[in-house]
Amino acid sequence: MKKTKNVEELQAICRKVRRDIIVMLTAAKSGHPGGSLSAVEILVTLYFDVLRHDPANPKWPDRDRFILSKGHCAPVLYSVMAECGYTPIDQLNTLRKLGSIYQGHPDMRFIPSLEASTGSLGEGISLGIGMALATRLDKRPSRTYVMVGDGESQEGQIWESAMFAPDKKLDNLVVITDYNKIQLDGFVKDIMDVSPLAEKWKAFGWHTIELDGHSIPALQAAFAEAEQVKGKPTAIIANTIKGKGVSFMENNPKYHGVAPTEDEEKRALQEIG
Amino acid sequence: MATKTKYELKTGVATREAFGRALVELGRENKDVVVCDADLSKSTMTLYFQKEFPDRFFECGIAEANMVAIGAGLATAGKIAFVSSFSCFAINKGFEQLRVTVAYPGVHNFKCVGTHSGISIGEDGPSQMSIEDIGLACSLPGFTVMSPADEVATKALVRASVSYAGPVFIRTGRPKVPIIYQADQKFEIGKSIELVEGKDITLIAHGLLVAEAIRAAETLEGEGISARVIDMHTIKPIDRDAIARAAAETKCIVVCEEHLVESGLGVRVAQVVSETTPCVMEYVGIQNTYAESGTPEELIEKYGLLAKNVVAAAHKGLSRK
Repeated sequence: MKKTKNVEELQAICRKVRRDIIVMLTAAKSGHPGGSLSAVEILVTLYFDVLRHDPANPKWPDRDRFILSKGHCAPVLYSVMAECGYTPIDQLNTLRKLGSIYQGHPDMRFIPSLEASTGSLGEGISLGIGMALATRLDKRPSRTYVMVGDGESQEGQIWESAMFAPDKKLDNLVVITDYNKIQLDGFVKDIMDVSPLAEKWKAFGWHTIELDGHSIPALQAAFAEAEQVKGKPTAIIANTIKGKGVSFMENNPKYHGVAPTEDEEKRALQEIG
Repeated sequence: MATKTKYELKTGVATREAFGRALVELGRENKDVVVCDADLSKSTMTLYFQKEFPDRFFECGIAEANMVAIGAGLATAGKIAFVSSFSCFAINKGFEQLRVTVAYPGVHNFKCVGTHSGISIGEDGPSQMSIEDIGLACSLPGFTVMSPADEVATKALVRASVSYAGPVFIRTGRPKVPIIYQADQKFEIGKSIELVEGKDITLIAHGLLVAEAIRAAETLEGEGISARVIDMHTIKPIDRDAIARAAAETKCIVVCEEHLVESGLGVRVAQVVSETTPCVMEYVGIQNTYAESGTPEELIEKYGLLAKNVVAAAHKGLSRK
């Protein structure tokens, strides 16, 4: 797919994706807006600038792969994939409805171009490791990117996989933590603090980059830096704002898992522009 | 084909040993075969594969959940991934990952081989004994579940699983086991093998208990009772035709297994029987308990998994027929 280096173009796509997220969640009447909105710049930068992929040939063996380990944030992934041309844009508002390809959590049975079916937290990095091992074995140029949540990082399997990848020198693997500081029951620091995240990943042997997860230039630079790192995987700790772009959702734990009402939808769309 | 010849049941190698040897052969034939283990390669016998194909062997350390999902990732990316550990660790610690990363998306190239199943591991005791694995593996939609009885069966079924389109769980054991099959015996996933012909009662077994069922049939023959013996090496999908025929023709079935009777082969046979020709059934297996330390022989005796227990169950069943 043609890459869009232009930051303004990428920002324009981000606005479209945020609108998609709000509209599809309002139609669905349930789902997870907060963690979808916090991850928009990361996914847009990946899909429109970083990943080597071809929506017309989704099983291209040399493609880069992306796994949304925090599967409940499916709306951001669905919107980005639809904007790329993988899936129909005009069906986004069937999200979570019987028969929709846009299932509550990403489901490969309904969208074969997904790299993984996720939703049970903690498992995406391990899956990504398997794919990174396979493509390295086949001497393919493919890189594998996995996004996890900060709350998700309370899962033990995250740290099993964090131990594995540096041991196997998997430099074709990048893990991005969407560090939006909020999980279902409240603020991560109050539920079970995961900080300091960058220090943890560094101690596990990862090349670690901490950045503003809403800064497209910072994300572009980090993904480029990761590609140059040899002999170890890269962990990007992306500081983000849960609900980013919609003032009444920002930093509000309520919108981890509550869909906007129609009135809220109107206000949100006005703000996003 | 059924035969009337007596089985010698000479001691052969352990099924885990046969698995390890089979993996090497398959690795030579197919460069896409890869293996993951969790710090037990000297016991699961994947060390043979590791020695010959170090680049295609992934030591995952003592982290089974991660290992299972890595195997799923490898298989999703086109490899034929064998994931191995003690059965109890692979299936229990990896169950969530078997469910969400393998069964639910339907990862066809994923093959899990559990070793040290049942109570015949002996001295290590219940924390290492896998007596729930058949039940758990069978509960995963789309999974194929097998329990080979000897070296020939293990090699054949491990080989068959490579070209088989679907996730697979194969259960193997620690101790040396009797040789049942000739080297040229043909195996087909999902098709049981009638080892002894019989018309009065049918003994259906898997794994370690197949040899005990054969011995029991010989004892029963001495009493004038004609017992059919079936090796149900594939527990899921189960051979419905063989069960329905046994139920209709012998009207009495004893299921024999080194597994909890609550969730093993027995309940699956009973389901088929209830859907076809209801008949009297008895169950030889582990009865709602965990075992303990001891020699394998002592444990098999104490927990009632010998030919004499099969004979007693047969008598009980025949008395109710």
